[in-house]
Amino acid sequence: MIRLSIPLRQALARLSLPVMIALAFGTMLLGKADALLAERARVALADLLAPFYAAFAEPTRAVRDLVLEVPELLTLREENHRLREENERLRRWQAAALALETENAMLRRQLSFLPEQAPAFHTARVVADGGGVYARAVLIAVPPDVQIRRGQIALDERGFVGRVTEVGNRSARILLATDMNSRIPVTLESSRARAMMVGTNGARPRLQFWGEGARPVEGERLVTSAEGVAFPPNLPVGVVRWSEGGTAEVELFARLDRLDIVRLFDFGLGGILPPEAVARPELRGRR
Amino acid sequence: MVGRPEPSPGLLRRLEAMARAALPTLGAGLSMVLAAGPTGVPALAPAVTLPQVVFWSIFRPGAMPPVAVFLVGLLLDLLTLAPIGTGVMTLLVAHGLAVGWRRFLARQSFLFVWLAFCGFAAGAAALGYMLTALMAFDLPALAPATYQAALTAGLYPGFAYVLGKLHQMMVRAEESP
Repeated sequence: MIRLSIPLRQALARLSLPVMIALAFGTMLLGKADALLAERARVALADLLAPFYAAFAEPTRAVRDLVLEVPELLTLREENHRLREENERLRRWQAAALALETENAMLRRQLSFLPEQAPAFHTARVVADGGGVYARAVLIAVPPDVQIRRGQIALDERGFVGRVTEVGNRSARILLATDMNSRIPVTLESSRARAMMVGTNGARPRLQFWGEGARPVEGERLVTSAEGVAFPPNLPVGVVRWSEGGTAEVELFARLDRLDIVRLFDFGLGGILPPEAVARPELRGRR
Repeated sequence: MVGRPEPSPGLLRRLEAMARAALPTLGAGLSMVLAAGPTGVPALAPAVTLPQVVFWSIFRPGAMPPVAVFLVGLLLDLLTLAPIGTGVMTLLVAHGLAVGWRRFLARQSFLFVWLAFCGFAAGAAALGYMLTALMAFDLPALAPATYQAALTAGLYPGFAYVLGKLHQMMVRAEESP
């Protein structure tokens, strides 16, 4: 250590703060004049500290996870209670469903009811969006050995998607329910009233032409109607939503904006077929 | 070094004295580096720096000389994305004021010192805001500065407790022959 006399040391100590403040001004000016210098210094420091942070990352994450878990643990009791209640409720529903099932089977036996056969379906991948004569249509890839017919009905895992309008050898086009040209006969599930679902090219088709006195209720479920022999009854379509403008719209169950796989059902119906875009003989008798 | 006896020339004692003198600065640097890490709390690095600088400036100015404050401020500016030099200037001003008032502040109760520190935090945030605005020729948002001042003031008691214990330990080590 350099030995300094006490007055000199005191003078230095008194001087160092102003000197440092002047240096700070200098640093500010330097940082302002040469922004790259500060950037380079920052990067060098970050390089230096990176291994340090890497070593600390694991314990930090552990602590943070622990902290995040605390509220979860606090609500665990409540959650358990809720789940138990829900379980209880679902059990009651299960009992009700089982009772109804047996009752249904009994009634069917009494009436010698002929059950409808389960419809056959093919699964196909959606390969392209849009295109063709329609604004809201998708193209699906079909293996050559699979027979697709116009008028077949496409559903995704949640609900109604659209109908097949054009069929090629390896592909088919599905007109989505949201297209302006789409008209789907639907039934309001609780009132059993008929209505028409009219596409608008928007995300939510409109509901029109319902019977007098059967105003659709917000949140009411819609299923397809068998009227017109184009659709089988009771396929899930969507729920009624009243828009702010006062029009009845349908929030579809199907997620049409992210279709990837659809099921094509052949119900053997051909009441009203969509018009052929390209003149082509209809394939008969091969469904 | 105010009121500190010159260490006897034994190597161990000298090392110990040096470690004691460097501890505040190193502690500040380490805590800043930790705070600047991925903690998820913005403005944590400046908020852990000011309490330490002000505490040591009040209670042990020998351990936090202006040079150390300058280095700590430079590290702070490099760790945060503030214009370089603003943190240095803010910390130096806070240090200067704290050293100037230390004879008065060191005799007050903890609550009063905390209250005074709240003033320091608000002043530092305001000065930092002004310097940033000056450097950028632009008015930055006011909310982060407010948040930083509140966080800094809120962190002080914890730092004061830990650093106070440390300070007592150092005093004891120095007084024992």
